[in-house]
Amino acid sequence: MRYLFIFCSVFILISCSSSSSPVDDGLEKQIFHYGNGSEPQGLDPHIVTGVPEHHILISLCEGLTISNPNGGENLPGAAESWTVSDDGKTYIFKLRKNGKWSNGDAVTAEDFVWSWKRILTASLGSQYPDSLYYLVGAEDYHTGLTDDFNKVGVKALDSYTLEVKLKAPTPFFIGLLSHYSTWPVHEETVLKYGKIDDRNGKWTRPGNFVCNGPFNLQSWELNNKIVVEKNPLYWDAQVVRLNQIHYYPVSNVMTEDRMFRAGQLHNTYTVPSQKCPVYIEENNPNLRIDPYMGTYFYRLNTNDPSLKDVRVRKALAYAIDRELLVEKVTKCGQMPAYSFTPPGSNGYQPSTSIPFDPQLAKNLLNEAGYNSQNSLPKLEILFNTSEDHRKIALAIQQMWQQNLGIEVELVNQDWKVYLSREMVGDFQVSRAGWIGDYEDPNTFLDLMRPNRGNNKTGWENMEYDSIIQQANSTNNQEERYKLLNKAEGILIDNMPVIPLYTYVRNYQLSSDVKNWNPNILDHHHPKFIYLERD
Amino acid sequence: MLNIFIKRLFLAIPVLLAVASITFFLIKLAPGGPFDADKAVSPQVLKNLNEAYNLDASEWEQYVDYMSGVLRGDFGPSFRFPGRSVSEMIATGLPVTFELAFYAILIALLIGISSGVLAALKRNTYLDFIPMAIAMIGICVPTFLMGPLLVLIFGINLEMLPVSGWGQLPGDKILPSITLGFAYAAYIARLSRGGMLEVLNQDFIRTARSKGLKERNIVIKHAMQGGLIPVVSFLGPAIAGLLAGSFVVETIFQIPGLGRFYVEAAFNRDYTMILGTTIFFSAMIVFFNLLSDLAAMWLNPRSRDIS
Repeated sequence: MRYLFIFCSVFILISCSSSSSPVDDGLEKQIFHYGNGSEPQGLDPHIVTGVPEHHILISLCEGLTISNPNGGENLPGAAESWTVSDDGKTYIFKLRKNGKWSNGDAVTAEDFVWSWKRILTASLGSQYPDSLYYLVGAEDYHTGLTDDFNKVGVKALDSYTLEVKLKAPTPFFIGLLSHYSTWPVHEETVLKYGKIDDRNGKWTRPGNFVCNGPFNLQSWELNNKIVVEKNPLYWDAQVVRLNQIHYYPVSNVMTEDRMFRAGQLHNTYTVPSQKCPVYIEENNPNLRIDPYMGTYFYRLNTNDPSLKDVRVRKALAYAIDRELLVEKVTKCGQMPAYSFTPPGSNGYQPSTSIPFDPQLAKNLLNEAGYNSQNSLPKLEILFNTSEDHRKIALAIQQMWQQNLGIEVELVNQDWKVYLSREMVGDFQVSRAGWIGDYEDPNTFLDLMRPNRGNNKTGWENMEYDSIIQQANSTNNQEERYKLLNKAEGILIDNMPVIPLYTYVRNYQLSSDVKNWNPNILDHHHPKFIYLERD
Repeated sequence: MLNIFIKRLFLAIPVLLAVASITFFLIKLAPGGPFDADKAVSPQVLKNLNEAYNLDASEWEQYVDYMSGVLRGDFGPSFRFPGRSVSEMIATGLPVTFELAFYAILIALLIGISSGVLAALKRNTYLDFIPMAIAMIGICVPTFLMGPLLVLIFGINLEMLPVSGWGQLPGDKILPSITLGFAYAAYIARLSRGGMLEVLNQDFIRTARSKGLKERNIVIKHAMQGGLIPVVSFLGPAIAGLLAGSFVVETIFQIPGLGRFYVEAAFNRDYTMILGTTIFFSAMIVFFNLLSDLAAMWLNPRSRDIS
């Protein structure tokens, strides 16, 4: 009994000791407490994939260009300027003379050449080598057709001049350079802890890590937090106002929501879907709903006997009321999608439309030979286990049953099982989502070209392919967008995918956070962010 | 007793070997691989990755390679976290999980034994009914409900305690320890009540009372030794369960323990991590069961004699 009393006393004493919340404390010390979703796979920009990794790496390393905090064209990063040849195939980057690695070494053109050689080294097993496939000879080097890296179109003309030769004019190439797979790593440091192709080198550990971004890696506690602190050697250090960023890998969205409400985080990675409508109704001032370059869609397996006929695919698409879906099911500011590419991607406006017309849909199904006597065989919607995906699938199931009289079965699978079934084509209809890597419609339309690993629908259209190739060979943006729009038209007319809605980024953000501007790629460069209370 | 200890330790070796072997082949049967991702990797990249992790070798070769590594104490590299070895990740999460389990079991014992003994002594009074009703609630309410409820009350409404974290803010270890400990406290309360009731009705207690011994001494020195044997037997599996089953509490409270690695490894098909943590937790279960058997034997002279 005595111990119980002591325990209770200690409990109450500790409980009553007041302390300011991390958010209040952070305001004074300029420490940003960042809700970052999940534990990053690692911090090697050539090996990792994923958004949480990007959030951390953007503070630690810098590519030739950086994403614009207001959206639009990229800003100069490690390169202070660049020129493009008239044919759009040769880029000359001028690197900053005051660009420094965090150990004080100068950032040189040779560093970029070595780094790009590293990501193209097949045995490293990088998952993003195709970011550089636009360079002359890059794909051949990566796939082993040549082992001479001098044949790859990247060369250091001198310590501060980098020449890049592309296979074709690639209007989005500058935008691509803010993706972490193209960022440099410090050769000496990487080689100190392993070979060029060592995936398990310890160079990314605190104390070993050397990079050229506005922050340095201070500590990394697995599944707990990563702390980065301001890098005084960064070329633009006077702009950086945050002293530290603490990244928390909070994978449970409800925990993250509670942490935000208790003042332990400045932002959340996302908002629990069931809470979003409540926050909208309450006019929660911290709720942010920003445009996002992503599309939620259903893939149709065009090799499936029932879905081979384009009229059936169109009937399925026309029988969906997208407005009802975003109003009554997703309920968090999502927008109905009538094109595969989200509208407004770097000024690109798709002109396609997908009507909600149950009668037209029924007629199409009849034309395809399906009617009340000969109904379409039962369809199966495959999705990865998630309450949100289930709700959407239920709504679609109901719409198809009601508008077309089709029997639909919902099949949910564990994430990896779902992925492997999609990959081998073991599905009829499967839910999917795609987020753009760079601000250009190509990041979407390229997906559906023949032989692209992420196509997964079995749909191959040579006209579509050649139009995209043609578009990406022209320097004239207006002409290019016209061609891409034509390709988009072919895609929507063939309907191997059914776009459902355009994503929005919904999350919570403390009003203390300044210079955090909405942009379609959701890139928020920490060098511009600071904390201030109104 | 030493003989039994050594014999059981030797018996554990084939058990762990069987666990490792079955797990190795079972996880390979699960569809999907460690490198499947939303953005599909090209066949060339997949080939490179499989080569880098020896996944292109035959299953049998992989098995022999892995088991010989385990015998050397090397659980291999994590597939999900390049640059991290499984041993390193276990070593990182283990102290936290142990600490959480220690506080939880302490709370469970403190609350469970005191309320269980009290209920047995005051049988059929409100001092029996109330703690036992609370214990029943504790058994029925899952931790994923208890945790958020406590956070809502003490963290958000009363603003007394942090809602998450481990060792970062003052008092952040209290709520997770209580959440995890409460369910076990409920079991312990019911077990100790039952055990004590059985002992309190026995002749040697009646003899002690007739000799005029103080009730406090009777309970503490004589009754509890026998009455708590069921609790001791329960502690072995309970501690093992606490270690392996702290995933929910670790997730709710954002605690960097081993439980999260264990479960997330399965979702990520991080083969080496699944194997490493499974072998480790199996060893823990075997070890704690052995310890509790030995403790129960030591407390109960009859079973000591039989052994």
